Amino acid sequence: MDQAGDSRVTFTTAGVWRGVRATLAITIGLAPFGLVVGVVSAAKGLSLIETLLMSALVFAGTSQIVALELWSDPAPILAASLAALVINLRLAPMGAALAPLLDRMHGWRLWGTLAALVDNSFALTIAEMRAGRRDVGFLFGASLAMWVNWIVMCALGHVFGAVLRLPPGHPVFFAATATLLALLVPIWRGRSDLLPWAVAGAVALAVQWVGLGAPWPVLAGAFAGAATGAARDLRRDQGAREGHGEGRR
Amino acid sequence: MTLRWDVLAAILGMAVATYLCRAGGYAVLRVTRPPRFVQAMLQHLPGAIFIAFLAPALAQGGWTAWAAAGATIATQAAFGRLALSIAAGVGVLWLLAALA
Repeated sequence: MDQAGDSRVTFTTAGVWRGVRATLAITIGLAPFGLVVGVVSAAKGLSLIETLLMSALVFAGTSQIVALELWSDPAPILAASLAALVINLRLAPMGAALAPLLDRMHGWRLWGTLAALVDNSFALTIAEMRAGRRDVGFLFGASLAMWVNWIVMCALGHVFGAVLRLPPGHPVFFAATATLLALLVPIWRGRSDLLPWAVAGAVALAVQWVGLGAPWPVLAGAFAGAATGAARDLRRDQGAREGHGEGRR
Repeated sequence: MTLRWDVLAAILGMAVATYLCRAGGYAVLRVTRPPRFVQAMLQHLPGAIFIAFLAPALAQGGWTAWAAAGATIATQAAFGRLALSIAAGVGVLWLLAALA
């Protein structure tokens, strides 16, 4: 459980390697999206070095795709930066949710690990935490391996884009969604998750149905679901001093 | 191999914005002690984020996407192998797309 003692949090080389190995297991889920970003980047006229720089420094696929969709000549500096800010807002609550791990870290182990945080390394790390393992090295290794995979795939997409010719709705792109779906299984803690998860899904669908685009369905759904779970937990714990909220000290 | 200054500026702008998102959420928590309700929310955020991310994506994909999602989760629950589960989801979607 997340609220178990912070004193066991470590950052080990063994953890880094376990993170790298966990990432290798989902490579087929990570690869297609990177290829697409490389292909789109080439189509928009970015050179290979510009593509590699963007993928290495931004390392957030959806925001890269959206920025490239509104690419112009000269490059849309403000629009691309704003798109990245809005779309990647979903990463902010992920960093916050990792507080039980990160609170004991300093310097590059903290701010460097956060620099490479992505959806999939976050999901793998939450699954690790819920299995009782608290090694920030795991998050760092998983993120780093995904970063390398991302750069390689974007480069391949840029170079071989003309040969690949995958239409937008191709089933291969479901791999990215399937990766997160599969990771729901180790993240699931039991029936107490049912209510917050249901609220999260319903609110996200409602916000999308109203017509709001990314990131609003994710943010609204995530906060509504988490608030529902928190409200229920606090009501349940009333009287009892030890609650679910002892993750931070 | 060209690197234009305007492209570089856009990339750096995106990189700074994205780092603010990555580090910002945690940085706020590190300097303030959040109220109990927020701490309780943090326990529920991970699962809620993924459900809120996946539900709209699946809704856009229609019933074939939901079927593929079911296959992915069932495979993961049964075997616990991520690569196998991802392949099962893509395979089911591919099959349904070919049949439909």
